[in-house]
Amino acid sequence: METMRERFAAVTSSLLAEQPRLAVVLADISADSFEPARQRYPDRVINLGIREQLLISVTGGLALAGLRPVAHTFASFLVERPFEQIKLDLNHQGAGAVLVSAGGSYDFADNGRTHQSPGDVALLGTLPGWTVHVPGHPDEAERQLRAAATGQDLVYLRLSTAANTVPLAAAPGQLTVLRTGRRGTVLAVGPLAEPVLDATLGLDVTVLYAATIRPLDTATLRGTLGEAAVVLAEPYLAGTSVPAVSGALRDIPHRILGLGVGRAELRRYGTPAEHQAAHGLDARSLRESVTSFLDG
Amino acid sequence: MTSTTDLPRLMSLMTGDAKHDQAATSTLDVLWVLYDRVLRVTPETAADDTRDRFLLSKGHGPMAYYAVLAAKGFLDPAELPGFGSFGSVLGLHPDHLLVPGAEISSGSLGHGLPLAVGMALGLRALIASGGLTRPDGTSPRVFVLTGDAELDEGSNHEAIAFAGRAGLDTLHTVVVDNASATHGWPGGIEARFAIEGWSVARADGRDHTALEAALTAPHPGRPHLVVAAVEPKHR
Repeated sequence: METMRERFAAVTSSLLAEQPRLAVVLADISADSFEPARQRYPDRVINLGIREQLLISVTGGLALAGLRPVAHTFASFLVERPFEQIKLDLNHQGAGAVLVSAGGSYDFADNGRTHQSPGDVALLGTLPGWTVHVPGHPDEAERQLRAAATGQDLVYLRLSTAANTVPLAAAPGQLTVLRTGRRGTVLAVGPLAEPVLDATLGLDVTVLYAATIRPLDTATLRGTLGEAAVVLAEPYLAGTSVPAVSGALRDIPHRILGLGVGRAELRRYGTPAEHQAAHGLDARSLRESVTSFLDG
Repeated sequence: MTSTTDLPRLMSLMTGDAKHDQAATSTLDVLWVLYDRVLRVTPETAADDTRDRFLLSKGHGPMAYYAVLAAKGFLDPAELPGFGSFGSVLGLHPDHLLVPGAEISSGSLGHGLPLAVGMALGLRALIASGGLTRPDGTSPRVFVLTGDAELDEGSNHEAIAFAGRAGLDTLHTVVVDNASATHGWPGGIEARFAIEGWSVARADGRDHTALEAALTAPHPGRPHLVVAAVEPKHR
């Protein structure tokens, strides 16, 4: 299957033709994929070299000049390394932008900690105004990208090599009800949807799917709530969206379990599947966590 | 207003002091020359796409900036006495969503020049697509003011290298040099910019004629640096 990152480069390259104010800012990563577009639109496809502070600041400056910038590199270098630039050169300046990351939490499992960014969504959660998309399929990523390209707001699009076999998101920005049950709710984010569906086979639970985690679709969460026990399965730092879920249920006594990437460093290489299992996010581990939480 | 004689009074409205030390006024003459003789922006054109952009990167000690904005009519002088208070638009570091005429918010060092690079790239793209040309055929330019100690921040060096290589000739950096960088710049600030392909000039930061000449010197195909030398902070 075509990766989200490949789809991103293809779609963005075509959007440059349709939208004269769209600009792409790169820091060497994916520069080859954008080379044809750069040759056609040299003023609007800008590769800064390996300069990630400048990547975000230039993005802010482009927005202040009236363009719609799309900045892209690996998540660890897009969000974590230049975080003050995001806080000041985007948010504080009142500048809009689309940040598109690749690599996510453990796509580059064999690269080790330096290329893993499980904290990106949590970090952006400290800032106001961000829409955070965690697509689970290239089709979802494309739809989110096209919408973001025409907006003026702050959008983070978190692309992963992990994906579900089919797109699952129904309405943009809303939680999709994959299954209904009475004993609790499991909210699966992005590429974890199919592992969660496997894990909850035969369990009497509601399974919700989020391809957009900020803002959280609280109406669907509340509207489908049976027993007020919620398990979050997020493909990044465990517990990242627990405050958002808890806030949505603030008037209802409830229990929450936040599953995701562990805080401790693994210091392991290997494959994404091995890391997924090590963080308890494979179907078997997820089923154990969900059942023990619901029975607990 | 056509002279600098009112600026000390305007600054006193913020500080309460009749006289200001040199650190508080290190940027004053550069700012005045920019707004009085160089920048093509007025309160009436402050929202025009074709205006020149001035970015105060060294947001610390903004009294001189606010005084010049007030003297030039961007800012109501009645705002000045509230400087730094809860209800004021004028903070100890400027917020461009609050300060009329301010292009960016600053205070954390090392952000203005990288932002200016993005702004110049954006304007270049819009100019290339046929927009933003003024009736007289000129196009908007970007000026950013930093301090010599601010250049300690590594983010500036990402911007200096890229802007030089990209030949961003609408970009102008003014470094107000009061020799306050803790470890200094052996060989001069200009050397860091020149080797990256910038056009460079140095002027007495108190000499209006020299500043104007340095700021308006032609620099086709290259971004332009002006080092405005003022009295050393520590003597």
